[in-house]
Amino acid sequence: MADAIDLSRFVKHGAAGTAHMTLAVEGVGCASCIRKIEGGLKQIPGILDARLNFTNRRLAVDWCDSEFDAARVIEAVERIGYRAHPFDLERMEADEARRAKWLLKCLAVAGFAVMNVMLLSVSVWSGNAGDMTPQTRDLFHWLSALIALPAAGYAGQPFFQSALAAIRARQLNMDVPISLGVVLALGMSLVETANHAEHAYFDSALMLLFFLLCGRHLDHAMRRKTRAVAANLAALKAEFGHRIKESGEVVRVPVEALKAGDRLLVRPGDRVPADGTVIGGTSEIDESLVTGETMRRPISSGASVYAGSLNFSGALTIKVSTAGPGTLIDEVERLLNKAIETKSRTARLADRAARWYAPVVHATAALTAAGWLIAGASVHDAIVTAIAVLIITCPCALALAIPAVQVVASSVLFRCGIILNCGDAIERLAEVDTVVFDKTGTLTLPEPRIENAAAVDPALLEKAARLALSSHHPLAATLAREARQRTPCEGAVEEPGRGVRAIIDGREARLGSAEFCGLDDCAPTRSDEEGVSFISFVHAGRSAVFAVRQALRPDAASVVNELRQCGLDIVILSGDRPSAVAPVAVALGILKWTAALKPADKIAALDRQKAAGRHVLMIGDGVNDAPALAAAHVSMSPIGAAQIAQAHADAVFLGDRLLPVVAAISVARQARRLMSQNLGLAVAYNAAAVPIAIAGYVTPLIAAVAMSGSSLLVTCNALRARRSAAALERMDAAG
Amino acid sequence: MNVLVYLVPLALLLGVTGLAAFLWSLRNGQYDDMDGAAVRILPDDDVEPPGLPSATRTPIVTMAGAAERMDRRE
Repeated sequence: MADAIDLSRFVKHGAAGTAHMTLAVEGVGCASCIRKIEGGLKQIPGILDARLNFTNRRLAVDWCDSEFDAARVIEAVERIGYRAHPFDLERMEADEARRAKWLLKCLAVAGFAVMNVMLLSVSVWSGNAGDMTPQTRDLFHWLSALIALPAAGYAGQPFFQSALAAIRARQLNMDVPISLGVVLALGMSLVETANHAEHAYFDSALMLLFFLLCGRHLDHAMRRKTRAVAANLAALKAEFGHRIKESGEVVRVPVEALKAGDRLLVRPGDRVPADGTVIGGTSEIDESLVTGETMRRPISSGASVYAGSLNFSGALTIKVSTAGPGTLIDEVERLLNKAIETKSRTARLADRAARWYAPVVHATAALTAAGWLIAGASVHDAIVTAIAVLIITCPCALALAIPAVQVVASSVLFRCGIILNCGDAIERLAEVDTVVFDKTGTLTLPEPRIENAAAVDPALLEKAARLALSSHHPLAATLAREARQRTPCEGAVEEPGRGVRAIIDGREARLGSAEFCGLDDCAPTRSDEEGVSFISFVHAGRSAVFAVRQALRPDAASVVNELRQCGLDIVILSGDRPSAVAPVAVALGILKWTAALKPADKIAALDRQKAAGRHVLMIGDGVNDAPALAAAHVSMSPIGAAQIAQAHADAVFLGDRLLPVVAAISVARQARRLMSQNLGLAVAYNAAAVPIAIAGYVTPLIAAVAMSGSSLLVTCNALRARRSAAALERMDAAG
Repeated sequence: MNVLVYLVPLALLLGVTGLAAFLWSLRNGQYDDMDGAAVRILPDDDVEPPGLPSATRTPIVTMAGAAERMDRRE
């Protein structure tokens, strides 16, 4: 569109008149794209620098403020052949990026320290068996202390901070026993070194930190990656509104910059960018993304419209307003707040494990010390043995057991086109026994399809579809998708609210309402049957009537079948009319369905399921589904969903298919199995190692072997989650 | 054992050098775009044909260039 764009929100102005902007770029796929984009931009005078990040598909552009403006940067990228969308980097990910760097630094320091201390430790171990003098051993221990203490003080911060926060909140998490173990091991080793003892545990403490930091870093990197993709998708989907200035000039502005009181122009085929009241024009709007209702609603001045509705026939002027009391949006907000408040945060597996693990371990250590004292050992020996118990039980394996599986499973899900919003969604997905679908946009495709495309002569269909390319009408957009050749007809004229006409092969062709095409008598006008719209086409005496209808997602039936075979109960809760829901339920063989539900009714239905002890996976896309998505045990949204719905879903899936739902559940179930196995392995390791420690036979060498052995074991076991590749292959096979 | 006097500091020095190099590369942004680094090496159109004076240089056909031209034709 030729309107000026106001991008001031996204541009950062630097010193000396330079400006900087980050763009999410669509369609970057290969090495030559980098050169094309960067090279193309740098040739333009005024642009100082352009750098494309191939990992997250973002382009950073610097230019001279006086010679250039932001809109021209986007145009320039478009001329090179890619679509670019402005992106607010600061707000979205600055904190994340800083934390990732910090974790990596901690990991580097821990890695450096553990390597050097191990160098000294191995010498001591072999020296103890050989002819090392006590003086040399002391020197090596002091050198280890010199490296280990500052390194652990720096690299241990992520754990110490989190442990302190937990203790302040009077809770226990896994970081409490970790921090305690590390601090005690270092403290004891220091005292032992001062007393010229044979063993010091500097290497154990550092190795523990190193392994755990590896886990933390991988976990964080995976989450950052999915979040970056999600943020890019949000930027690609970001909508612009057409604001009418005082002067009558129309400017495109990002939706976030709209204020109450702004006057907006909504053209036919546009989505309404913000809630408001119509102050001019009449039209029909499709509110399926808002309420789930597929029947279009005629509106005129004074009617209120909601963000996300699709404007059909006429241009509208609306005045932006904040949601007043009693409106749908207001109700959704209220229900959302309530749902989030009352949502009982299910305790995560790792936290549950930490809650019993820490007391048991600390009690064991105390009992060990007491036992040795009673048996007549010296205080020093009793305490050293007790600390050895703490070191050997330091939950290295336990702390890796669950995150390692989560990292592997979420990367498998990521490749299946499922983006997780929160890490513990995997655990909750595995517990699901009931799947609740919304109908509109979830079981059906978000956009309607031409129902009788196969019945129409292909040549005629192609002509109609090419003519449809010139129209802004949403029904025409549906027809236009059928066009094989993407060049619009020359000289096409659109008559708003009626149709388009053009001269094709010397004869006039018309596409639009039956009346416009002169087919009044022979074509069904509209909506004789519910949920179907008709477009007529006439050219050179031949005519066709296209039926446009909401179609099921291509694999809806097979997915529903498969879910049923997995032993899941399937329910439809829809906001649409019963007469629109019934055929879908019949086609999919779903017996439990309810229609005409308001957002509050959906929550009530979910609560009934919850009361019956069921764990519900809610899948929905509309604004009206958002409270239900937040209230359900776990929830998913398709990528076409309203923003508010996506924000409250635990996972978002890409593409036209429902197969990701099946993949998500099967991957999650396998991951859950592996998590339990890993916890079992960690417990078995402790059961074997603790008696040795209590008996006082744990040397630093045994601690090092046991610790790295158990960590490797659980990590390798977690890697088996990649075997869900079976699910992956099916996704690939399906396209 | 006198050998320790210089071997241990040498080992530590090596370790510290490695750590410093890593921290430098981190600060330098070398880990910001791991996939990009892998593909940026592929286009080789900045290579000048040997033995030609720069004024009469002709563009060399490269894989990346050829792929691009194919793209355009589509």
